[in-house]
Amino acid sequence: MTATMPDTVVPSDTLPITKVNIIVSKGSLEGIYPGLIMANGARMEGIEANVFFTFFGMEAVLKGKNEHIKVATVGNPGLHIPTMLGGLPGMSTMVTHMMQKKMEQLDIPSIPEFVQLIADSGAKLYACKASVDMFDLKKDDFVEAVDSIITVGDFYEMAGGVGSHIIFT
Amino acid sequence: MPTMTLDNAVLELDAEGFLKDATQWNEAVAETIARDNGVPVLTEDHWKVIRFMRQAWLANGQAPTIRTLGKESGVDVKNLYKLFPKGPAKLAAKFAGIPKPHGCI
Repeated sequence: MTATMPDTVVPSDTLPITKVNIIVSKGSLEGIYPGLIMANGARMEGIEANVFFTFFGMEAVLKGKNEHIKVATVGNPGLHIPTMLGGLPGMSTMVTHMMQKKMEQLDIPSIPEFVQLIADSGAKLYACKASVDMFDLKKDDFVEAVDSIITVGDFYEMAGGVGSHIIFT
Repeated sequence: MPTMTLDNAVLELDAEGFLKDATQWNEAVAETIARDNGVPVLTEDHWKVIRFMRQAWLANGQAPTIRTLGKESGVDVKNLYKLFPKGPAKLAAKFAGIPKPHGCI
């Protein structure tokens, strides 16, 4: 007997991604950029994008904070800086500065500019209700690009649909 | 090899519909490619972006990023997405007869 594919199985390459729902949960420079790049990249391909900022990921969209995001120089083995040195005063600022310089050369926007660019591109940005409550924040504390504060339930509802994917960063 | 025909000239396209030889481009080619990609009429704003895209590519061999397009093409990011809903950088490059942009930004 030969195994055949059931008629209901659709080859994966005929099911394009039509929507991405990206969760940004970390507040370091290297924790925030990947989610923003994925969101912008989705819009550039005509893919719908929602970005959900939770816990320290909210730093990316908080007024007065999102222009001061730094690279984590402690507990970040990928940097190859010994932990003791990574903790020295000014180390995080210096590494962040170096990285920002390189990114500027590559035409990668700063975090505040990138957030606005992504919102302008038609992506929807949301802050997580549980985190907002935990950190005693309100809608006014967020940059204008943030659409609203929503619950996890709202997020899942929004993320539904064929061709929709959730990406956690 | 996919092709398009315009005024009896046969133009070669790559698998994604980008013009293979950028020197074969002219405004009629742009209009035809646009029509085939769901943009039936090119407005003056479309042309601004298409010309900016092509000039940038001819000048430095690289298609501009969405950030540069928003800042320098004369059309802001919100309107770029209105003009080219399926992706401004990719579509404008296609209409401008230049290769598909390869950057991530």
